[in-house]
Amino acid sequence: MTHAAFLVIAALAVASALGLVLRRNAIHGALFLVVNLGSVAALYLTLGAEFLAAVQVIVYAGAIMVLFVFAIMVLIPGKEETGLDPRRGWRLLALPVGALLALQLLLVVRAGVGPVAPAAAVPGGVEAVARLLFTRYLLPFELTSVLLLAAMVGVLLLARRRV
Amino acid sequence: MSLAADLGIAFGRVAFVMLFVLNMGGLLTWVERKQSAIMQDRIGANRASILGLRLFGLFHPLADAIKMLTKEDFRPARADRVLFGLAPFVSVFFALTAFASIPFGDTLRVGGREIPLQAVTLNVGVLYVFAMLSLGVYGVMMAGWSSGNNFALLGGQRAAALMITAEVAIGASIMGVIMVYGSLNMMDIVRGQGALLWGWLPAWGIVTQPLAFVLFLTAGIAATKRIPFDMPEGESEIIGYFVEYSGMKFGMFAMADFLETVVIAGMTTSLFLGGWQVPYLDAAGVRLPWGWTWALPHLLVVLLQVGAFVLKVCAVIFFMMLIRWTLPRFRYDQAMRLGWLGLFPLSIANIVLTGLVLLLWGGRP
Amino acid sequence: MVAESWYVALSAVLFSIGVVGVVVRRNPLVMFMSIELMLNAANLAFVAFGRRAGNADGQIAVFFVMAVAAAEVAVGLAIIVTVFRLRRRLSVDDLSLMRW
Repeated sequence: MTHAAFLVIAALAVASALGLVLRRNAIHGALFLVVNLGSVAALYLTLGAEFLAAVQVIVYAGAIMVLFVFAIMVLIPGKEETGLDPRRGWRLLALPVGALLALQLLLVVRAGVGPVAPAAAVPGGVEAVARLLFTRYLLPFELTSVLLLAAMVGVLLLARRRV
Repeated sequence: MSLAADLGIAFGRVAFVMLFVLNMGGLLTWVERKQSAIMQDRIGANRASILGLRLFGLFHPLADAIKMLTKEDFRPARADRVLFGLAPFVSVFFALTAFASIPFGDTLRVGGREIPLQAVTLNVGVLYVFAMLSLGVYGVMMAGWSSGNNFALLGGQRAAALMITAEVAIGASIMGVIMVYGSLNMMDIVRGQGALLWGWLPAWGIVTQPLAFVLFLTAGIAATKRIPFDMPEGESEIIGYFVEYSGMKFGMFAMADFLETVVIAGMTTSLFLGGWQVPYLDAAGVRLPWGWTWALPHLLVVLLQVGAFVLKVCAVIFFMMLIRWTLPRFRYDQAMRLGWLGLFPLSIANIVLTGLVLLLWGGRP
Repeated sequence: MVAESWYVALSAVLFSIGVVGVVVRRNPLVMFMSIELMLNAANLAFVAFGRRAGNADGQIAVFFVMAVAAAEVAVGLAIIVTVFRLRRRLSVDDLSLMRW
């Protein structure tokens, strides 16, 4: 039963990723990516990380992708990438190379599979994450806040109109 | 047998929530017209009748629905085909699913089973409502974009900016409530509001977090794009993201508006007004602070609590309608300034203040 | 209980799709979104490994990746919008010189 659920959600994730990469229209691609992020959030739920699933939907699918869609709407509607592609040959080489990459990674995964240990109950609630975040990972947490401040200042400077 | 019973019970919980929300949404069109009429000293819509029976205009929502269903479903020539049809569905879908984690009653103990009266029990229920509200932005942006109309696009961007601002303010103002009641699970928060401060004052959210209540209600009204925050589509002044929609698609956008109102009312009730808690009524019966008790059967207690929840949601909706017909609307920059320079810093200050008070109090009530 | 290796395999597939997306597409916004897809795939692998280890460290790592991704998206989009304002075209092939 859980395997069936995993396969369905995984198929949705792969299909929406392909949709992002293959669609000409950037907005359709962005919405496919939102579906992909939602399906990965569902996978987090099956892995027992409920807080992370909620944060993924709120932050990634609900804020970052909204920013993307905004930017796409502002930067002219319709399709770009018209015109001849001078490096078409090189670009199309990416497809077999990408397939090779996928094959290599899957072989690595298969080689690394050890005996499946009985999974200990992973603490997925807010409390477990918060406990770690404020004790062991306190320094990265504070540094992240400084990073976000730096990003905000940078964006404000870049978005100013230089008339 | 047991599996069928489990499925039936799960279905029943979801059905109650969905029917409650959908019916309230439909009823709100009538409430809006009648309440505004009473406030403005006129009669309001009372012409729709079936077999000569008028019923104070209660058939008007039905008449509106029939009108919208029979209108031409127009699609502009330059509209993006898929997104144009998808946008109203996305709006309504996320507004409906947001209500799933709001508890409408205590755990019902019947036939040896414990049935939590909540559509879905989630440990991160508050964050779930947030997530659904933040995904609702997509419906609006898709509508604005896919109409093929520059003014609709601008309206969609205005609406999206407003919704994001409101969402941030909502999140920050809820933090104080979560700190006081110590859990993200909505059922725990509502249960925690049954405690009595100093022996006689019910520890409702509005008592323990008054500033957060005001901030949340303001940000909630902004998130639903109701007046005074309806500058995305300010009926007689400026056109918005659903200008190219007609018929039932437009009806779905209006419906999504009312559904979000119900969701915000439900959240306000659960977080600040005690949810399904009736003061001095606990699982055994009435228990007044000076010791007088009155035992009541379990089913009656649960029924009273569900009724209390419905009543409180209706009261909050009444208040929101009251505000709608009283205040003029904000301009775009005024609304943004209020959201980022008013609501957000005050919410952060509320968090700091709550932390200080909790430290001095030495724990939670 | 689905084995973690399935999740990591899915993450590998998503990552490769992201790599192909970055190389094949010429629209900088779609390239950026493919990068986000790659980050997302790495996040999934983190959480799967975290479950195998039995603690919440994987989730903490994902937390930080998400925060950094948010900052990166904001700055990256600001850069793309600025470049578009100056160049009036949206193709990465034009951005091959450091100054023009």
